Amino acid sequence: MSELNLTPNIPDPDDFYAELLAAHEGLTKAESDALNARLILILANHIGDRKLLSAAIEAARAAGQE
Amino acid sequence: MNRIFETPLYPYTRSADQDALSAPHHRVVVVGAGPVGLAAAIDLALQGVEVLVLDENDKVSFGSRAICFAKRPLEILDRLGAGQRMVDKGVVWNLGRVFFRDREVYSFNLLPESGHRRPAFINLQQYYFEKFLVDRLREIEAEGAPIELRGMNRVEAVGLHPDHVHLEITTPEGPYELTCDWLIACDGARSPIRGMLGLDFVGKVFEDNFLIADVVMEADFPTERWFWFDPPFNPGQSALLHKQPDNVWRIDFQLGWNIDRKEELKPENIDRRLRAMLGEDIRYELEWSSIYTFQCRRMEKFRHGRVIFAGDSAHQVSPFGARGANSGLQDADNLCWKLRLVIEGKAPESLLDSYDVERIQAADENILNSTRSTEFITPKSEISRIFRDAVLDLSEHHEFARPLVNSGRLSVPAVHDGSPLNGPDALFGAPARTRPGAPATDAPLGQGFLLDRLGNRFVLLALGTEAPERLEEQGIIAEGLTVAPSQIGKELRERYLGEAPSAVYLIRPDQHVVARWPAFDETATRAALNRATARS
Ligand SMILES: Cc1cc2nc3c(=O)[nH]c(=O)nc-3n(C[C@H](O)[C@H](O)[C@H](O)COP(=O)(O)OP(=O)(O)OC[C@H]3O[C@@H](n4cnc5c(N)ncnc54)[C@H](O)[C@@H]3O)c2cc1C
Repeated sequence: MSELNLTPNIPDPDDFYAELLAAHEGLTKAESDALNARLILILANHIGDRKLLSAAIEAARAAGQE
Repeated sequence: MNRIFETPLYPYTRSADQDALSAPHHRVVVVGAGPVGLAAAIDLALQGVEVLVLDENDKVSFGSRAICFAKRPLEILDRLGAGQRMVDKGVVWNLGRVFFRDREVYSFNLLPESGHRRPAFINLQQYYFEKFLVDRLREIEAEGAPIELRGMNRVEAVGLHPDHVHLEITTPEGPYELTCDWLIACDGARSPIRGMLGLDFVGKVFEDNFLIADVVMEADFPTERWFWFDPPFNPGQSALLHKQPDNVWRIDFQLGWNIDRKEELKPENIDRRLRAMLGEDIRYELEWSSIYTFQCRRMEKFRHGRVIFAGDSAHQVSPFGARGANSGLQDADNLCWKLRLVIEGKAPESLLDSYDVERIQAADENILNSTRSTEFITPKSEISRIFRDAVLDLSEHHEFARPLVNSGRLSVPAVHDGSPLNGPDALFGAPARTRPGAPATDAPLGQGFLLDRLGNRFVLLALGTEAPERLEEQGIIAEGLTVAPSQIGKELRERYLGEAPSAVYLIRPDQHVVARWPAFDETATRAALNRATARS
């Protein structure tokens, strides 16, 4: 089983980032929140692996702590 | 209109016990003639244990209450001889539809696995369920089983002693007293006995109210389960439509926390809600309505000396997932054979502690599942609602999101992994679903089904190998059920053999697997029998 990849893995980071923000353009806060939630669920399903998902949740949580 | 729940079903009659000079003694007293108390009493009496059922009422449950009965409880009822009448009357459905806001997002077909005698579940009003159990009780009573049911007998006080239990009872003709060896408290979620003994019942209250309306209507809706999240006719809340026998429909409106109960229950307000949901021109009769708040909680221990709690008195869950009566029946199933062996002096009292271990495990599983359903139906925070709505939006377009939609998970029996009664899992390549601790899975066998051949005693099921017809270990008998290779069908093979060429299963009187091996091993079987009865 593979580990959660926390090294750079997106070939064109600037382009991806711009695309992510563009998807939110013109949306209200509520619409943006909904979009994010749908996106997280789609990505999580694609990963599927429960251990990886737990590691991702933990990595996201830890990085938000002071 | 069905008024079965307004007719006395076991009216009060005076018992000789009331005229006795000193408190008469009974072997087992069951307090409460709800689904769980009735099932437990029938189970004990069929096993030859003298049992007296007391209920403060003389009727079946008021209103429909429980309407979904799952496969495992039906199998238990088969063992008690009451399954067929439930299934004959019940409604079977396979198609469910999920609506979000103003649209249907998807539908699903449960496509239950084939090769089981019983469907995944049936819809049946609780009053029928209880009535059929009372009918069964009367049947076995007439056949001479040691069982008695007394209506309008309210237990007022309970005294717990090391070797007996003392009861004070009131009747329309005044009080009397009884003693018994064992008391099974099936007196419901508000359990007065729990209160009398000063025992705890802790858990979580959900800040929500649900209006339940059972209506009789000649509607041409198909026999399906419809669940709405945030529908236009009940904004921000949920709703459920479910079919019961006799053209009774269960309609369930989530109301939220701050409501005026009296206002909501006014027929004109219920009428307004029903018309908004089903159309202005519907014609119906309101059979029963009620407002519920839900709790998930359990007692810390179910057994307190000679008093044993079963059903809602021991644990309570939200109705999403239909786990109340369904799990209560499994409590009775788990308890009765153990109690019988203890009463017969064949097993030590410590066997009853395994009831606590196994049924607390099951209760925790049920509480977990029903808490999760409740969280999905009633998101507790803004972010919880955002994810919930995201799941529903996605479910309309993508199949992957549908398993995340949680409007109640079907009640399935707990597998008692790690139970102190389990023996070895020594069958290489065998399927996990029939591992030690699991309830035996049904499968076609001969002209009938496997489960009809199991239960009420220990069975040694031999597949493609041989087991003795009878094995006795210090008063405990295991009967052999040898299935010749030519009789092993596809399902039996898949569910019990897997990759293994042959197998011997030791199965408990409640149809749970104790142990399994590739072939009969006398020493190992004796050891497993002792372990399964807490004698080692
Ligand atoms: C709206 C609703 C929907 C539900 N849907 C489902 C479902 O679909 N599937 C499911 O499995 N479960 C469902 N349930 C739960 C189910 O109704 C209960 O779990 C079930 O009734 C519990 O059975 P019981 O025998 O433990 O207790 P009860 O049915 O509550 O019976 C207790 C009995 O004890 C008697 N009693 C109480 N005190 C005394 C006393 N002091 N002396 C003598 N007698 C006494 C009472 O008269 C009563 O008959 C639902 C519940 C509700 C409210």
